[in-house]
Amino acid sequence: MDAFWIILTGILVVASSSILGCFLVLRKMTMVGDAISHAVLPGIVLAYLFSGERNSVLMIIGAAGIGLLTTFLIEFFHKKGNVQEDASIGITFTSFFALGVILISYFAENVDLDQDCVLYGEIAYVSLDPLLIGNIEYGPKAIWLLSFVFLMVLAVIIPGYRSLSLTTFDPNYAQAIGISVTLWHYVLMSLVSLTTVASFESVGAILVVAFLTVPAATAYLLTEKLKNMILLSILFGVLASVLGYFLADYSNGSIAGAMATASGILFGIVFLGKRLYNRYHRLTAVSQN
Amino acid sequence: MFNYSILFNPNVMYVVLGCLLMSVSASTVGTFTFLRKKSLIGDAVAHAILPGICLAFILNGTKNPLYLIPGAFLTGWLSILLVDAITHHSKIKQDAAISIVLSVFFGTGIWLLTVIQHSGMDNQSGLDAFLFGKAAALTSFDVWVFGIVALLLIAAIWAFYKEFQLLSFDKDFAQSIGYKTQLLELLLSGLTVLAIVTGIQAVGVVLMASLLIAPAATARFWTDKLHVMIFIAILISSVSAIIGASVSYIAPSMPTGPWIVMVLSLCAVLTFIFAPHKGIVVKWLKQRRNQQQMLEENILKTFYYLTQTTPDSDKAYFKLTDIQKQRSLRESELNKGIEALISEGYIEKQNDQYYTLTKEGLHQGKRVAHLHRLWELYLTEYLRIAPDHVHDDAETIEHVLTPELQERLEIILGNPEIKPEVK
Repeated sequence: MDAFWIILTGILVVASSSILGCFLVLRKMTMVGDAISHAVLPGIVLAYLFSGERNSVLMIIGAAGIGLLTTFLIEFFHKKGNVQEDASIGITFTSFFALGVILISYFAENVDLDQDCVLYGEIAYVSLDPLLIGNIEYGPKAIWLLSFVFLMVLAVIIPGYRSLSLTTFDPNYAQAIGISVTLWHYVLMSLVSLTTVASFESVGAILVVAFLTVPAATAYLLTEKLKNMILLSILFGVLASVLGYFLADYSNGSIAGAMATASGILFGIVFLGKRLYNRYHRLTAVSQN
Repeated sequence: MFNYSILFNPNVMYVVLGCLLMSVSASTVGTFTFLRKKSLIGDAVAHAILPGICLAFILNGTKNPLYLIPGAFLTGWLSILLVDAITHHSKIKQDAAISIVLSVFFGTGIWLLTVIQHSGMDNQSGLDAFLFGKAAALTSFDVWVFGIVALLLIAAIWAFYKEFQLLSFDKDFAQSIGYKTQLLELLLSGLTVLAIVTGIQAVGVVLMASLLIAPAATARFWTDKLHVMIFIAILISSVSAIIGASVSYIAPSMPTGPWIVMVLSLCAVLTFIFAPHKGIVVKWLKQRRNQQQMLEENILKTFYYLTQTTPDSDKAYFKLTDIQKQRSLRESELNKGIEALISEGYIEKQNDQYYTLTKEGLHQGKRVAHLHRLWELYLTEYLRIAPDHVHDDAETIEHVLTPELQERLEIILGNPEIKPEVK
């Protein structure tokens, strides 16, 4: 039963993040996603201090707020301050992360969070924290939380699909026909923040980045169409989490780490396969001429 | 009361010195990665070092830095090559390539680390010092290593200063005059990895990026010269390192690395906002001043047109609504401009509703209208742009034409006789 819950958690994280990841990859904003995933740390710590428990609604709101603040600050320093974008990203997320670590150290007695957990989570323990209503267990809390986030992502992406893809591919045109580029930018970033926060305990801050980027980039290698890219990236993500689970089980190592490794292996296979395929086609084309 | 003798305690000295040396190395190479817009690759390298360390430990079974550092160096360098390979050989852009390499290498590192931890291998504890740094536990050996690395880096940058400078600012030109840019890039990335491998032991994987980026980004706001920029970057990071190291001694539960980063970020953010010339506040003030000047000049110009079109120039008194008929200006904006113009002596208030130009105001209004017309003429006669297309352009350029430019234009156009534009 544990294996089932763990793989399901992985799949839920991967499903939300690879959908959002496709947009991030196409908008060349994956590093902003990376920045958000680190920067939510102080939000998580503060919310934890106030509410005294993990996975609370307050934690989600606190961290999502900080995620938006990160996006805003990166834009602000870049656009208003003329700071190079890469530097703006680097400075913003390291500051927030450092603040988070300092808060953890300062409130060490009150906060049952450690740095390791923040970085790579512990998906193996999801089933130890069930949702209790009355005296009845309704499955792991994390599953409920992640399902909720996944539904949120769907509830925004499906009706907003046209606006999101237009603002991604042709922001000038989108602006001209009255779709707010800024609004959709922040909508996307709030979804990324939500997903990051909800996943941080199971897979950790940095591995969310793996799930945000790697499956989407793998799919991007294979298709030009956004819809296909989203579907393929979910497929690659699910494959990576299943493979990763068995790799971790076999080697007795971190499950989230192994899932990231598996997604990297899948990317490597597709990348090399595509290169070989292209080379073969070029060769045959040359020989036919 | 802070006890100063604590700073002469050997352990404290090691920490302060170690952090200092490490920051000097990081900020020096960081300046070059920053200028080449490759700052975030440093982040990827920092993360990619973890699997190298774990592999080196698995292969040798020892925590001796002589084995771990080559391992770290190897995967760190590999990550740079992979980012380049992915961006060159596919349609994936640099940001995604960096995130892929960063997260997969780090994930693999975590996986290997946990495999080691669960395997019950001897003496494995302490490997995770690379994850979060162990600034507070630096030893004299570490300080020696950091010192040697810092010397090596500075010597290498000294020796290849001109080459690296050209590589950072104009790679194509460097290539065209026969520099072996690929070799130079390899050397520079080697130096970057070296600085990161040492720095990571003090501040950890995540915060390493800050030591590379923040000093350079801050220094960039204070100078346009590379050698001054490197000097300022070193200065800022040294001060941050000393403050960060001191904080963790005044409050022992506080981690050193994050405090160094906090001080660095504080310097950076304050600089972004308040720096002279390039800071956000200065730029905002400049923008406001320009807007105010444009507003005033536009009002004067409109007054001038109105004065010119009134047959009897003795009765050239106008209401604000007359202005608004000519130019769409918001009431509040118009009032602000008029008030400023009255206090500057360009406009006089006749009675409750009527205003008129003073002598100076007439002169100024004429000057702006003249410049406007001059530019329109230049565009139509000289650049052959249709007369109905030139007005908008002249509206903006009239505020920035200098007397020297005006003179040149008049010569080019042969001192045209300019009549006021009547709408």
